[in-house]
Amino acid sequence: MQRILVTRQLTEPAMALLRSGAAEGKYILDEWASSGPMPRPELLRRAAGASGLLITLSDKINGELLDAAGPQLKVVSTVSVGYDHVGVHECTARGVQVGNTPDVLTDATADLTVSLLLSTARLLPTAAACVKNGRWGPWHITWMCGADISGSTVGIVGLGRIGAAVARRLAGFNIGKLLYSGRNPAAQALVNHATVRFVNDDGSISSSPIPQHTPLEQLLRESDFVIATCALTDDTKLMFNKERFALMKPTATFVNSARGGIVDQDALYEALTTGRIARAGLDVTSPEPLSPQHPLLTLDNCLVLPHIGSATFNTRNAMCMRAVQNLYAGIAGQAVPFGVQA
Amino acid sequence: MQRILVTRQLTEPAMALLRSGAAEGKYILDEWASSGPMPRPELLRRAAGASGLLITLSDKINGELLDAAGPQLKVVSTVSVGYDHVGVHECTARGVQVGNTPDVLTDATADLTVSLLLSTARLLPTAAACVKNGRWGPWHINWMCGADISGSTVGIVGLGRIGAAVARRLAGFNIGKLLYSGRNPAAQALVNHATVRFVNDDGSISSSPIPQHTPLEQLLRESDFVIATCALTDDTKLMFNKERFALMKPTATFVNSARGGIVDQDALYEALTTGRIARAGLDVTSPEPLPPKHPLLTLDNCLVLPHIGSATFNTRNAMCMRAVQNLYAGIAGQKVPFGVQA
Repeated sequence: MQRILVTRQLTEPAMALLRSGAAEGKYILDEWASSGPMPRPELLRRAAGASGLLITLSDKINGELLDAAGPQLKVVSTVSVGYDHVGVHECTARGVQVGNTPDVLTDATADLTVSLLLSTARLLPTAAACVKNGRWGPWHITWMCGADISGSTVGIVGLGRIGAAVARRLAGFNIGKLLYSGRNPAAQALVNHATVRFVNDDGSISSSPIPQHTPLEQLLRESDFVIATCALTDDTKLMFNKERFALMKPTATFVNSARGGIVDQDALYEALTTGRIARAGLDVTSPEPLSPQHPLLTLDNCLVLPHIGSATFNTRNAMCMRAVQNLYAGIAGQAVPFGVQA
Repeated sequence: MQRILVTRQLTEPAMALLRSGAAEGKYILDEWASSGPMPRPELLRRAAGASGLLITLSDKINGELLDAAGPQLKVVSTVSVGYDHVGVHECTARGVQVGNTPDVLTDATADLTVSLLLSTARLLPTAAACVKNGRWGPWHINWMCGADISGSTVGIVGLGRIGAAVARRLAGFNIGKLLYSGRNPAAQALVNHATVRFVNDDGSISSSPIPQHTPLEQLLRESDFVIATCALTDDTKLMFNKERFALMKPTATFVNSARGGIVDQDALYEALTTGRIARAGLDVTSPEPLPPKHPLLTLDNCLVLPHIGSATFNTRNAMCMRAVQNLYAGIAGQKVPFGVQA
């Protein structure tokens, strides 16, 4: 009988489904029940002999792990859309399918990305703190003034599903220009998704700014808001470095809801403390969790969230159910519905 | 020669304009230069003999003030769109025009309202605090899960310019339904403004949910997000009371960026601490500033901002210039361009 290893407690409906399958004798279910990720030695030990692995971002799937699992492994199913923690080439070379959870988390992650942008741009954390610490005092006309979204230039680095959904949301904020960079061949369909039409008072129709494919350096120079929604790959690793931050406007807001690995955090710290850019909002860091002593956390102009992009109940449940769907197909020898190609 | 009293330091371009007019001998300029609002006795004293008053929300214009100013007063110009601090009837009865600053602050205030909604819905303050205080620890699948915007019902209480601009922004977030209440006769034009069209992958066009005029009680019962953007009037004063909060969903988010006076804050505190509603975001309170020891500030599910709705440099400057424009027209005996009728 096949064995499945689930490396974290999923949502209740997903766990109930997995356990009922085991109770019906369809497979043996091995589930990690402790809080926190599986320690690496434990993961290696319990992957041995598994036909399917249902994992999260904390579990690194590389040659070592695949060797430990053995040749009967058929599928690695991750509860995420990102798969930078999975060696897809190594999996494919061994005939192991890789599944992820696209689309079901697009709305929640785009919502969170826009939340991060707006909170940072309009100084919400500082303003909220003033209310509590007695500094909401004598008002003056420019107190707590933040950045205008209206008329601004927004630059999306990596126009994938999430980037297009972010662009669609920002279209309603009266932005001036929308730029995007990257080499996603699906970008044209996503450009449609990011373009929104409005009904004017006289009944005529006007459009939000049409997304313009722009070389990265130009996007960085011209954007008031630089939003990173690209995947972490060999090409994008540490792409936001000293030189790239130097291209940005001193009034720019930088938002990253993609992966911490695309940012050189020392360079970001320097950019934020020398006025090279104005402010940053990060939902992802290197590592995660970020140490509470990290210098970025001392800055008033840097807002860091603990990777909550997909954190709504409906979204997490949909991700888990999709991951179970991928797992089931894989161990049955069928094509995984949401598969990742090398 | 006419006298103008300016009760607060405005933006630099506006102050420069006012001072240059005085230097050219067009009027005498009396400006309050200290931080903080003019104390009432000082305001009464220095309003005496003024032809024009350029004021802010801190200055209450009532019979007492108008009597103290004298019959030569021609115009009261406020740097705000709200005018609940101005006794418009008393002004009109004395032939004093009232000017405000609509439109130029709509974008910034709508942006801030949506920022408040998203920050509250997605638990940003709590999540950000966890990063700093070491509680970003062992992850579990439901940790920091907030509310879905996708598929939700949004209810706008008072569909004016700002409410319609908020609705337009939320249309990009894949909401399910958009309800609005209130008696604004201009609502139909605003309904157009709040309806957004999307281009589907196949080129066909679909629309965001058409705003539905709904009785208030029904809106409160059905909405996942209740957003107050109505003016403070005799009818709306303390409208959000125990009975109204009792109608709302226990999962509801309440957002107020209108005026603190429309909310019974004790009733709100009770609703938030007894699970009557899930969470609240307030940019306005009674009073302002709110005392740092106020019970609402002890709640994790209540985010209070210090009335920063219009707080961007461009917006504040545009408001000031518009207020100066109103003032100049008024003292010249012309019709104020942005006038408020009784």
